[in-house]
Amino acid sequence: MSLLSVKGLWKGYAGQQVLQGLDLEVPAGSLTAVLGLSGCGKTTLLRVIAGFERAERGTVSLAGRTLDDGATFMAPERRRIGYVPQEGALFPHLSVQDNVGFALARSERRGKQVARLLEMVGIAPLATRMPNELSGGEQQRVALARALAPRPDALLLDEPFSSLDASLRSRVREEVHGLLRGQGVTTVLVTHDQEEALSLADTVAVLRDGKIVQQGAPADLYEQPSDERLARFLGAVNLVAADFEDGSARTALGRLPVRGERGAIGRAAGLVMIRPEQLEVRVRSEDTHGAGTSAAGLGGRVEQCRYYGHDALLHIRPEHPGPTDLLLARVHGAQALPVGTEVTVAARGPVTPLE
Amino acid sequence: MSMFAAAEQAPGRWTRAWSGRRRWPLVSIAGASAAAALVLLPLVFLVVQAQQSGWSEVQRLLLRHSVAVLLWNSVRLTLACTVLCAILGVGAAWCVERTALPARRLWAVALVLPLGIPDFVVGFGWVSLEPGLHGYLAAVMIMTLSLYPLVYLPASTALSKVDAGLEETARSLGLGPWETFRRVTLRQIWPAVLGGCLLVTLGLLAEYGAFEIVQYQTFTVAIFTEFKLGFDTVAACTLSLVLVLLSVMALAGELALGGRSASARVGAGVRRNAARVPLGRWTAVVLFALGALSALALGVPVGSLVYWVLHGGSSTLPSTSILAALAHTAAYSAAAAAIATALAVPVTALAMRHRNRLTLLIERLAYLPMALPGLVIALGLVSFSVRYAFSLYQSSLELIIAYAILFLPLAVVGVRSAMGQSSPRLEEVGRSLGHRPAVVWMRVTLPLIAPGLAAAFALVFISSATELTATLLLRPTGVNTLATQFWTYTTDFSYGAAAPYAGLMVAISAIPAYVLGRRMSTLARAGAQA
Repeated sequence: MSLLSVKGLWKGYAGQQVLQGLDLEVPAGSLTAVLGLSGCGKTTLLRVIAGFERAERGTVSLAGRTLDDGATFMAPERRRIGYVPQEGALFPHLSVQDNVGFALARSERRGKQVARLLEMVGIAPLATRMPNELSGGEQQRVALARALAPRPDALLLDEPFSSLDASLRSRVREEVHGLLRGQGVTTVLVTHDQEEALSLADTVAVLRDGKIVQQGAPADLYEQPSDERLARFLGAVNLVAADFEDGSARTALGRLPVRGERGAIGRAAGLVMIRPEQLEVRVRSEDTHGAGTSAAGLGGRVEQCRYYGHDALLHIRPEHPGPTDLLLARVHGAQALPVGTEVTVAARGPVTPLE
Repeated sequence: MSMFAAAEQAPGRWTRAWSGRRRWPLVSIAGASAAAALVLLPLVFLVVQAQQSGWSEVQRLLLRHSVAVLLWNSVRLTLACTVLCAILGVGAAWCVERTALPARRLWAVALVLPLGIPDFVVGFGWVSLEPGLHGYLAAVMIMTLSLYPLVYLPASTALSKVDAGLEETARSLGLGPWETFRRVTLRQIWPAVLGGCLLVTLGLLAEYGAFEIVQYQTFTVAIFTEFKLGFDTVAACTLSLVLVLLSVMALAGELALGGRSASARVGAGVRRNAARVPLGRWTAVVLFALGALSALALGVPVGSLVYWVLHGGSSTLPSTSILAALAHTAAYSAAAAAIATALAVPVTALAMRHRNRLTLLIERLAYLPMALPGLVIALGLVSFSVRYAFSLYQSSLELIIAYAILFLPLAVVGVRSAMGQSSPRLEEVGRSLGHRPAVVWMRVTLPLIAPGLAAAFALVFISSATELTATLLLRPTGVNTLATQFWTYTTDFSYGAAAPYAGLMVAISAIPAYVLGRRMSTLARAGAQA
């Protein structure tokens, strides 16, 4: 059963259509990331779901309740949807505990419930501080505790970690993830960071040109993107020409199995996507030199090496240009090769055909 | 099952019934419309009155040589005073807010206090001590000393709110301290400074008492003379139209220079305070300059009043009349301040949160009264009440309404800067936490803008308590305020008898001015608290 559902949503400002018939299903209790470039309408989507903006067309519903269908409109305070804006937007005139207790009845504002929430997000000692005395991460946690206080049916997070510095970001991200898991609250997180989306979410929905172009589990999206643009957005790719025959692809890198149902594609030839970590790179020894393309793989030369510590990305120029200009291969950090090294590249299947 | 479905439908339909109007807040619309109507009332009657004897008469009146002289007098005075006020106001504000000046809180109060001394009392203070003082330079000096706090106040508030990060970024991009001030800091406070300058300009165009005392002819003085002495309503109203035009030009000038470019701060991140500049050897120079400014703006008028109270034989005054005048002044001013602030809130809220041509027009209209001398507003109200609401004629309510219209712009300026402190984002979060708009307004918006509302109230109170021109026309028969009684004695050269009234006026308006000054410095310390 789908808890939060957006169907055919249209929304624009001053003549510019931001959302164009967007569909999004957020399963109950899941964490769904909406991934998109800056300015693609992610925040607009959240604001319509929260009720700060009205849908022009389309339907927003939560657990069967219609929130907005272009004619009926439920006020934000009646939706039971928590919202954590980008910088937290703490009330500057209220202390941490008063911020967290804002949604609660007067008698509960300084009670156990608030203390428990502060404890949960790990800022209990800061209860009486004012927002301007908090660090960015602390502000973010207060904002989260505040949004969770009234036990919302759903939670919206608008780039909640983007204002935090990198080391803090991953930690707060982990904590928030654990927290939301524990609460089992249906969550929509919007982000422009594909790593954040892939690592954090149960489901990732990619927003582009005002629509969700693909939604699925992180691995499905990464391995089987619907088109080349999306493939590149989620990570580096190699596009290699292939001939298809009985469920496999014949490429310069050898014969490779085709992934999933797309193996039954009705075309004779096309492009397949191979992620850099699917390539195996071996330094070519003297005896195989000059053999060019062999059963062992494709010959080439390292043109550039980007070292990241945990791994390295090699740019390899094949000896016989044609199938592809440049191959990208992700190898162990220890295997970072000097520029000019002669190598043989092989691929580990399966591959995904792309339009 | 179907019964459940029906029950589900019901709240939806109810929601549609009240929110189907694109979220227009009805209370705000009603308030803003009332404000616009009140403001337009005197203006409409000004035009009606001027038109009564036909356009050829209007042309004849306007093309006289004396009009050119009045125009020249008003323009050169306005330019000189506005520039001087801007320099003094911004300079003083920078010294108090951004340098390690000794006794900053004391200066923050002392520099605001001249606002509590009416312009005509400053004029009285100087002229009663030095009777030879008159003409252009006297007018420039007296008005600059009276009006510079109108720039100082917004400039210091804005300066205390500038994010230090911006200035530090500029320095790291290779700009020197002066360049940083000119290109970054000044740009941040520019709307506030321009807003202050606009108030100075419009105040100058509307001033009557001080110019009468130093015998300097401006439009307003001429209008008063035409009306009060010549009983020529048509001439008075026609000349007023020129004044209105000048003021509209000032409004347009502020707009052209970017006075309205800043609105609510993006996001609600917490801002850092700037480090104060050590003055070092300059401490003495700055202290001397601020001391001289305060001595001239505050010391001379107050000293003069004290002198005349002590030496003027004021003991012959019946004390009951001064108490009655005091009570009237305080009651009228408080009522007017409450009304003006209450009207300014919806006007500003609509202009900032529901920005469109209509709401911006209403906000612009709310500034219009500064372009109308109190005399003209009084004139318009009298004409209106005589024709359509005679029970209002010469009533206390009419005078209070006149004050509220006259000083609505001050309230709008105060409320507008306060409203910038409350981000729409905060209100949205408040609603998503389950509270109705009215509750969010009480618990989020109001606490955030309350200091600004108090400032707006104080500004209107001070101005009403020291208003002279409209009061001379509108006061109920037999009722005297401090200002009118003071004026009666002053025009008789009974300086000793006049001084206690001026002293009381200064006293009641000094308290709000003091509170205002104190709050500003508290604000500066508390940083983002407001």
